[in-house]
Amino acid sequence: MQNFSLLSLLRNAVSGHRDWKPFWRDAAPRQSYDAVIVGGGGHGLATAYYLAKNHGLRNIAVLEKGWIGGGNTGRNTTIIRSNYLWNESGALYEHALKLWEGLNEDLNINLMFSQRGVLNLAHNLGDIREGVRRVEANKLNGIDAEWLTPEEVKEFCPIIDISKTARYPVLGGTLQRRAGTARHDTVAWGYARAADALGVDIIQNCEVTGILREDGRVTGLRTTRGTIMTPKVGIVAAGHTSVLASMADIRLPLQSHPLQALVSEPVKPIHPCVVMSNAVHVYLSQSDKGELVVGAGIDAYNSYSQRGSFHIIEHQMAALIELFPVLSRMRMLRTWGGIVDVCPDASPIISKTPVRGLYINCGWGTGGFKATPGSGWVFAHTVATGEPHPLNAPFALDRFTSGALIDEHGAAAVAH
Amino acid sequence: MLKITCPWCGAREEIEFSYGGQAHVAYPADPAALSDDEWAQYVFMRDNPKGVFLERWVHSQGCRRWFNAVRHTVTHQIDATYKPGEPPPAQAGVK
Repeated sequence: MQNFSLLSLLRNAVSGHRDWKPFWRDAAPRQSYDAVIVGGGGHGLATAYYLAKNHGLRNIAVLEKGWIGGGNTGRNTTIIRSNYLWNESGALYEHALKLWEGLNEDLNINLMFSQRGVLNLAHNLGDIREGVRRVEANKLNGIDAEWLTPEEVKEFCPIIDISKTARYPVLGGTLQRRAGTARHDTVAWGYARAADALGVDIIQNCEVTGILREDGRVTGLRTTRGTIMTPKVGIVAAGHTSVLASMADIRLPLQSHPLQALVSEPVKPIHPCVVMSNAVHVYLSQSDKGELVVGAGIDAYNSYSQRGSFHIIEHQMAALIELFPVLSRMRMLRTWGGIVDVCPDASPIISKTPVRGLYINCGWGTGGFKATPGSGWVFAHTVATGEPHPLNAPFALDRFTSGALIDEHGAAAVAH
Repeated sequence: MLKITCPWCGAREEIEFSYGGQAHVAYPADPAALSDDEWAQYVFMRDNPKGVFLERWVHSQGCRRWFNAVRHTVTHQIDATYKPGEPPPAQAGVK
């Protein structure tokens, strides 16, 4: 791997930037691997990286049906936080946040990780109770959290309208100062580059069309680039997980929906943090390029098309202007959608399956980006050892049979 | 925005409707006899096909009645809508 350093930057600047090497090899599939990860998004690449780094598996591959960074990893609103309510989720997301805090150095790449703080606003009594409860729950779990009054909200984010005459006045908010944003597609590129350097084959334009099994055990995969034999398969395919699982006759509690986001024209820095609001339902940050990044809600119906309805965007813009009247004449440049796999309890499934050797990491729904490093870390453990890591044991598929759900609809902050 | 034909009111815009998920998930005939796994199947597990899907909608801003639709989850094309209790129209692509 070509290391980034001040020296390498200077050397390449002098030679006109002609000598930079590709981040990863364009690998062709081999006939067999020790383990194969299906899905080359952030979670899949992180899984492969930690399989190689933490567990010493080098003869492994990541299969991606499109291109690296072309799925939800490059389509989200890049928000990172760990202020979830329950102990199980708090531990999982906080583990991820701690990994984010050292990830630039670990991957030797600038992820533009910015701990600018995330505000979750309260607009009614229910929001206040839920918010204060979550702040206290976070503190008990060692996660930084604060409750802010409307005036403190205004001080932290000056462009918010906190007037009492607003239709949904701001009554307070939770703040996690260690939360923030990162450049999303660099996360995929950084993990791909680091995994490739450890010998992982990253195979693009390779779609899985069948899962080979013998005596209830996985033996390989049929793909558009030939058959690949392997005793271990990890499916990390977000919105398409149900499609892959059905190839192994596994039924999941997932529903796939389009989730949209949009960006404005770039402007000078006006918005210093990330703001989320459940009640009027919008979330807003400003990228380093200056664009305002706005998240929308999901379309109600099931869909596999990577586009959403315009009336969802219209609803989002109404909420945005309600909270930030200063943005009323801002022009929006682009909208796009990704397919998210929504789980009934708004928590992920990181689990073994009834098929031996087949593991799934899915159900992240509208909020998977923030968990990328932690998700890869615990899923790599699950795939390598065949047993869940203590952090993901509560997130097993059998919780829908036992009833031990982890309801995070409040902390998920996107209506579904 | 989809244009959805309510079997009672005719074609209306999508914002008049609410979504109800997979159709034809019948309440268990003998609930007391169900195992935990069978309850999980009934309560949580759902089909999530990439293709033709039989699904429920309710005309919440209109007649407020439920009905079923045959819709493709990639093209969003609605091939048919029909009243509850009626069988899905027999056609290619429907499982």
